[in-house]
Amino acid sequence: MSLTSRIMDFFSRKSTVMVAETEQSIKKQAAMGKLTARQRIEALLDNASFHEYDLFVEHKAEDFGMDKKFLPRDGVITGTGDIVGHPICIYAQDFTVAGGSLGLAHARKITKIMDHAVKLGIPLIGINDSGGARIQEGVNSLAGYGEIFFRNTLASGVIPQISVILGPCAGGAVYSPALTDFVFVVDKISKMFITGPEVIKTVLGEEISMEDLGGARIHSEITGNAHFFAESELECFEQIKRLVSFIPWNSTKKAEKFPSKPPKAKYNINAIIPKESTQPYDVRDIIKSLCDDSDFLEVQEHFAANIVIGFARLNGQTIGVVGNQPLVLAGVLDVDSSDKAGRFIRFCDSFNIPLLTLVDLPGYLPGIDQEHAGVIRHGAKILYAYSEATVPKITVILRKAYGGGYIAMCSKHLGADFVFALPTAEIAVMGPEGAANIIFKKEISEASDPDAMRKIKVDEYTQKFANPYKAASAGYIDAVITAEEVREHILHALHIAENKQEFRPYRKHGIPPF
Amino acid sequence: MEELQKIYLLNIDDTQYETRINRKFLKRKRYKPIDTNKVTAFIPGTIREIYVKEGQKVSAGQDILILEAMKMKNQLKSPKDGVIKRINVRSEQRVAKDELLFELE
Repeated sequence: MSLTSRIMDFFSRKSTVMVAETEQSIKKQAAMGKLTARQRIEALLDNASFHEYDLFVEHKAEDFGMDKKFLPRDGVITGTGDIVGHPICIYAQDFTVAGGSLGLAHARKITKIMDHAVKLGIPLIGINDSGGARIQEGVNSLAGYGEIFFRNTLASGVIPQISVILGPCAGGAVYSPALTDFVFVVDKISKMFITGPEVIKTVLGEEISMEDLGGARIHSEITGNAHFFAESELECFEQIKRLVSFIPWNSTKKAEKFPSKPPKAKYNINAIIPKESTQPYDVRDIIKSLCDDSDFLEVQEHFAANIVIGFARLNGQTIGVVGNQPLVLAGVLDVDSSDKAGRFIRFCDSFNIPLLTLVDLPGYLPGIDQEHAGVIRHGAKILYAYSEATVPKITVILRKAYGGGYIAMCSKHLGADFVFALPTAEIAVMGPEGAANIIFKKEISEASDPDAMRKIKVDEYTQKFANPYKAASAGYIDAVITAEEVREHILHALHIAENKQEFRPYRKHGIPPF
Repeated sequence: MEELQKIYLLNIDDTQYETRINRKFLKRKRYKPIDTNKVTAFIPGTIREIYVKEGQKVSAGQDILILEAMKMKNQLKSPKDGVIKRINVRSEQRVAKDELLFELE
């Protein structure tokens, strides 16, 4: 064969595979409101940065007529590229090839790019759009899933792993995203469930639509499986770009440093926090009053909104923020909020992102449903995560810090490096009303006017305990500072703690309460 | 996503906090104490066989019916000695989770 004919041969082989992206397949996806795998990669990655591998991989299945079936790329595109200048490994399942079904070759392409990402120490992004296991390949397809889960687990805490659900993701397929750090979903496109509506109907007789069972909104608001919700694929890709700019490439690196910018002037802590501790406010406004350019990337915005988590920058350096949200459920800790914050804290600790905790909560949520849902076990997650974290930990008590909530929200006792409190902070075992009713039960019940006596005793308790000075006198607060001083104190703390190292006794791994 | 804007009062340790609440909290199930006279389906499925009749005396541990679910035939037994007051299901009937199957007295 001459050189020319060999090159012609190469182009002809390549076009046989590329044929998957015909106008017809683009139309097929567009009819479902979706982009094709290739379009997605191009929209997400920096211009012309994508390099594809394993174009010629083919499946080896023989049963059920599979030996006669040619599946271009075996239904998945894999490669490397850049997102806002950061190198990443990526795979995107192609729904137009056998429904994006996962066979062994398809899975091995994915595990190969996963191994690549770990070795190179760069983030992995998986775009899921697949009908599930390729039934014709039987147990080999299950093997494929298992090999992916195994690698997701080994890569956890080593490189950031991002899952993007842009189509169905059902059965075993859901467990790869579940094992990764961030799951992105798009309204009306993403569908995730273990067993679909059809099976549920035939086996159990319960009827539900796909959207109500496992649509993007359900996973963003109810289950907490998704971390970012978007109205469109393009909005989703913008969210991913933003996230990638906030996180480091791997666990040995720090996130990219940006030029420092002051917060926007319209956010003023004193104007945001109401004096009465029973009045709500939006803690996100406090975050915006502290961070560079008031730029805050919220994670799991719609799930367990009584706690707010997300990324921001201080002096150009990425920090992870955890804040009680008095606007929702008075900012209590409960099963969902503990689970949400606990996982986020562990992500930040794994990837050298300092933690800023903003405290204003009345405690854990009382209720039979909470107790029976295991608030003891789930609530312990936040204690475990904070205690385990060795990144710089900075806590600011904005207003209430009562009872178990005070301890849990990165108190000095859980290893906070810096604990600051505003002069209006109330650090106590519980709110004045509840405390007075218990401590002065006898005086109140025996008084000629119990209500008047209760008021006197509540005022007495408030005077004595609803302030930061009892805790400060014990050394549990490092400094009481004014609202105007908070940002400067945090910046200083971050600067001082820049090279923090904290060593723990050797262990194979801890046993968190999950 | 639409937010729930309404402000509620949430009581924690005798203090009323003004706050919004989320959909999940709104939809939470109220606790009902367990009534040992009422036997409900612990899993959704299909009733395959009923061994007893209304008014029949039964003893604790006696087989009452078969509830088939997830390809398993579950023998439901009487939790205590008593009389079958009512049977709320028929053979081959599909039942939802927590649906009342039979009552004792």
